[in-house]
Amino acid sequence: MSTITSPGTARTGRPRTDRRAGGSRRRTDPVYYLFLFPALAIFTLAVTVPAILGFAYSFTNSIGFGDWDLVGLRNYVSMVKDQGILSAYVFTIGFSLVTVIVVNAIAFLLALGLTARIRFAAALRTVFVLPMVISGIIIAFVFKFLFSNTLPAIAQSLGIASLSSSILADENLAWIAIVIVTAWSTIPSTMLIYLAGLVTIPGDVYEAASLDGASGFQQLRRITLPLVSGYIVINTILGFKNYLNAYDIIVGLTDGGPGTATRSVAMSIFKGFSGGDYGYQMANAAVFFLISIIIAVIQLRITRGRASFGA
Amino acid sequence: MSTTATPTTPAAAGTPSSSTSPGTTGRGPRSPRRRTGRAAVRTNWPVTIVLLVCSLSVLVPLLISINMALKTSGQAVDGQAFSLPAPLTLESFTEAWELTNFPRALAMSAFITAVSVAGEIVISALAAYAIVRNWERRLFRWSFFYLLAAMFIPFPVVALPQVQLTGILHLDNPLGVAILHIVFSLAFNTMLFSAFMRSIPVELEESMRIDGASTWQTFWRLIFPLLAPMAATVGIFAFLGSWNDYMMPSLITSNPELQTLPVLQQMFQTQFSNSYNVAFASYLMAMAPAIIVYLFTQRWVISGLTQGAVK
Repeated sequence: MSTITSPGTARTGRPRTDRRAGGSRRRTDPVYYLFLFPALAIFTLAVTVPAILGFAYSFTNSIGFGDWDLVGLRNYVSMVKDQGILSAYVFTIGFSLVTVIVVNAIAFLLALGLTARIRFAAALRTVFVLPMVISGIIIAFVFKFLFSNTLPAIAQSLGIASLSSSILADENLAWIAIVIVTAWSTIPSTMLIYLAGLVTIPGDVYEAASLDGASGFQQLRRITLPLVSGYIVINTILGFKNYLNAYDIIVGLTDGGPGTATRSVAMSIFKGFSGGDYGYQMANAAVFFLISIIIAVIQLRITRGRASFGA
Repeated sequence: MSTTATPTTPAAAGTPSSSTSPGTTGRGPRSPRRRTGRAAVRTNWPVTIVLLVCSLSVLVPLLISINMALKTSGQAVDGQAFSLPAPLTLESFTEAWELTNFPRALAMSAFITAVSVAGEIVISALAAYAIVRNWERRLFRWSFFYLLAAMFIPFPVVALPQVQLTGILHLDNPLGVAILHIVFSLAFNTMLFSAFMRSIPVELEESMRIDGASTWQTFWRLIFPLLAPMAATVGIFAFLGSWNDYMMPSLITSNPELQTLPVLQQMFQTQFSNSYNVAFASYLMAMAPAIIVYLFTQRWVISGLTQGAVK
């Protein structure tokens, strides 16, 4: 057998030192290429090729089929002046910011609560995780009913005039409904990550702190929060990535309305087929990709150094 | 960070949640603090009560769904969420069954989900094995980073060219949707598997190879069975992601006859928008499989998510 790997190599996976020593003499078993092939093949076919195609189309006036002409950077230039697209970006980024904050605050508090000495802990955890397994579009339909029938009915009987009509029909309030439902459905996964973080804090730390007379709030601020900061970073990055692509829940609740008040970037891109501006929306997609990357890099920059994992 | 990938972790983290007796099962997260012993018996009732009240926000929408589904069409049309069904009837379930052609839609969802689960486990495990065991080879290392890039490409960016491409390749059907589900979780799964694989001692493999086993046999007889805990995690998230997805099937599948359960629920927003009882019965039937799977595999869901996050 020519493929026996040295233990050091396989364990660390980063054999910087013994690469030249052992690597060049051994031959790789051809079966490994076979193992790798399916992953590379479907990835190339389903992501790389479409990405390149899409980018190429962003310089054309294609409508999705038939003939097209090269238009250079015209798509990108007119995007800057397109009120519809600009407002989609403002909505998507604003919505993501608000949702990240709301979801993380609630998820963290729930995780704290679930690690306290409570009764029914397992049952409560089962319930709080439940939304994670429910389809976004379906729960959005359920909440659409609640927002347009139940909530106005309750508000009317209580005499609250401002809520007595559906908030989904109000272009200044509809986004709140989207934040609520998105939070409902994404708090569980965020909460589970915080739970994992809280478990790693040894109990004696709190013991010592309370012997020194630290109050519950001081313990939270000086012990718990610093020790879970790495998990806050993960949750913020994962959350932002998710919310920027928001689609299912918005389609289910408002379908981008009223008007275009809650149209996300993903939705505006998808309109490229029905709207006959395929090339134009591909330019939009390219810009969206760039912005996603920039946001990810900014997040990593800000949080680098603060994330204390091994701690 | 990488220590969480040891083979024992899922079982260890999972044991607390076997969901039968709340008293014993809740110990998972709070075990570190229980060791202090001092107040282990005292229950924190204020927190328990607050959490119980919060859990209503999860339960009430689901209970209202059940309540609405049990009404007759005549009673449900007024959209009153809190009035109890009188008379109680299951007719809306049979009506929803026929309207959505439930058996066919269920078969479509089940097919996509089954292919995704099997594909995600096998393809990413194979790729991870090839990459980890040949890390010193440039091709394999670069392949890893190539696949990882997918984590930064949002689906909306490549969606439209994908729709075109799947159309050309005659994959604008459930099989195409399943392939896309596999591709978009490839990066994350390969990362999980390779982290896990690095913790498997190479000595095990060497002894098998000395006995004359080929790479192919070593993988299937030794490595793949050892990956079972991680495969369970990957499989459950593949199931949930695939079963609940709306965006990809709604964009890719062109023939409405081949549509999945979540996508079909749209009909209650357009054609049958006043048949609340039928709509909610249909929502419940579409949610039920995922909820049932969750209740039986809770410990994997909960430990799996936290593991993935710590990577």
